[in-house]
Amino acid sequence: MGLDIRLPIGIIFTIYGAILIVYGLVADPAIFASSDGVNIDIWWGAAMLVFGLIMGLLAFRASPRFK
Amino acid sequence: MHLHIVDYAIIIIYFVFVLGIGFALRGRMKTSEDFFLSGRSIPGWITGLAFMSANLGALEVMGHAANAAKYGMFVNHFYWLAAMPAMCFVGVFMMPFYYGSKARSVPEYLRKRYDEKTRTLNALSFAVMTLLVSGVDLYAMAILFQRLLHWPFGASVVASAAVVAVYIYLGGLTSSIYNEVLQFFLIVFGFLPLAILGLKAVGGFAGLKEKLPSPAYAHTWANIWHASQNPMGINWFGTIFGLGFVLSFGYWCTDFLVVQRGLAARDMPSAQRTPLIAAVPKMFFPLMVVLPGLVAIALDPQLTKYLNGRYDNALPAMLGKFYPSGLLGIGLTALMASFMSGMAGNVTAFNTVWTFDIYQTHVNPGQPDRHYLTMGRLATVFAVAVGIGTAFIVLRFNNLMDYLQLLFAFFNAPLFGTFLLGMFWKRTSAHSGFWGLLSGILAAATHYSLYHYHVIMYPSDMAANFYQAIWAFSVCVVVTVVVTMFTEPRKEEELVGLVYSLTPKPRNQDLPWYERPGILAVGILALCTVLNIIFW
Repeated sequence: MGLDIRLPIGIIFTIYGAILIVYGLVADPAIFASSDGVNIDIWWGAAMLVFGLIMGLLAFRASPRFK
Repeated sequence: MHLHIVDYAIIIIYFVFVLGIGFALRGRMKTSEDFFLSGRSIPGWITGLAFMSANLGALEVMGHAANAAKYGMFVNHFYWLAAMPAMCFVGVFMMPFYYGSKARSVPEYLRKRYDEKTRTLNALSFAVMTLLVSGVDLYAMAILFQRLLHWPFGASVVASAAVVAVYIYLGGLTSSIYNEVLQFFLIVFGFLPLAILGLKAVGGFAGLKEKLPSPAYAHTWANIWHASQNPMGINWFGTIFGLGFVLSFGYWCTDFLVVQRGLAARDMPSAQRTPLIAAVPKMFFPLMVVLPGLVAIALDPQLTKYLNGRYDNALPAMLGKFYPSGLLGIGLTALMASFMSGMAGNVTAFNTVWTFDIYQTHVNPGQPDRHYLTMGRLATVFAVAVGIGTAFIVLRFNNLMDYLQLLFAFFNAPLFGTFLLGMFWKRTSAHSGFWGLLSGILAAATHYSLYHYHVIMYPSDMAANFYQAIWAFSVCVVVTVVVTMFTEPRKEEELVGLVYSLTPKPRNQDLPWYERPGILAVGILALCTVLNIIFW
């Protein structure tokens, strides 16, 4: 097959997670009125980041270089 | 909806990855089998998630959210009554014939089981249906672009179509499947917060129940006994037999769009697990689709505040209401991912059926493999171009769901009759398949004309579609059986691997229990029963 799909998934979710966390930290807190005062960007960004890192790790462990 | 630069960045990154996967796979497409069937080499969990994702087009996501706003929890039937049993059935009982017969497509199986004319009829009707359906996703994507970026409708359709065309052109079915897995995770991560935030805003499930327009909205089954008591106007017979049996089995078991993902699996157990793995997320999808639809109607019962007079707006309107910038980019990416995966599923199914079952069979047989690989790429471009045209047809329809269920009732419903008899009754003769299928399609056409010109009446278009499916299926079965009685049966030795009673059962004894299709299917159905009872 060649391409391990977990690698691109891991990378894109890590990038998205990082973007959301950074944006959640610097954004005007007033925008979180829509999500009932919860800074959902930071929380959901963290969830996406963790998912992305796990996927990346799985892909890395399966790669021939690691073995 | 106001977009911030961070939202645009998230959407652009998505497009880069989708196209990047196509480019990464470009060099691996050496034979037509690579391009159309991914060389039958993909692990079960990937084909399973792709199976799920190919089904998650605009109809599933925006359409069912809209239906939930319009009809309430009745929409759960599309998942727990319709999808679950059919997905288990195709995995346990039908995949062995699809995968084991080495057919490259659903029409090719029909040629092996029946004859050439049955295959050609099915290939042509499937090609037409797929092209008509693929426009729906383009239409939905273009409407989104139009609202967000203020591009004109035409330019939005062409731009969205171009992206899908490029990644399939480069990497064929593998590219489509890999992107579908990426899209699946984006859809889940994009919509899940909506369920959480929406439920929080209306005061939990109890608060949601109070705010719904009528108590019937909060029940899946309780009002099914009389058509007049449930919001969709369909009684238990139409629901269980029309939707739960004919339409759902017709779609999940015979639509090449989903079956093709199973054919790409690397071995028989993976092929059998493909629909079963897909069934697990599918079972919980009402959380991400039905729930936001209910929240939308609870917050805006007059359709004036957020919905702008249209149920179809339910999901995008709720994203705009609850998501702050940042997460909004993720939510919109999820919407686009769902439209693209639905569109790509149609395009890959079309190019395979066109190339193998129409072009190679009738137009230009006996060419070297390279020739058909090139034809597959050209068919991809052609399918996307026609999809652009059908997007403009869809623009004239005012309800996506009716358009689609109508097409399914025409083509999938009778086909399921042909399959059921062909796979499970060895007496079914070669000729009977064609005549049964043709008369089923004609029955659907007759029923549609009678309804269209008000000769027969139904409480809702959806009810008409369910009954149309029942008629098409029944006529197909009756005609097939009658023609079989007057024609020669096929020799039994020709039917080995194609008919249930003549085929050795796949041996799964050496697999661990959690990989055995039968055990997985029983577990899925048990869990699904529990959900039906909780949300009765």
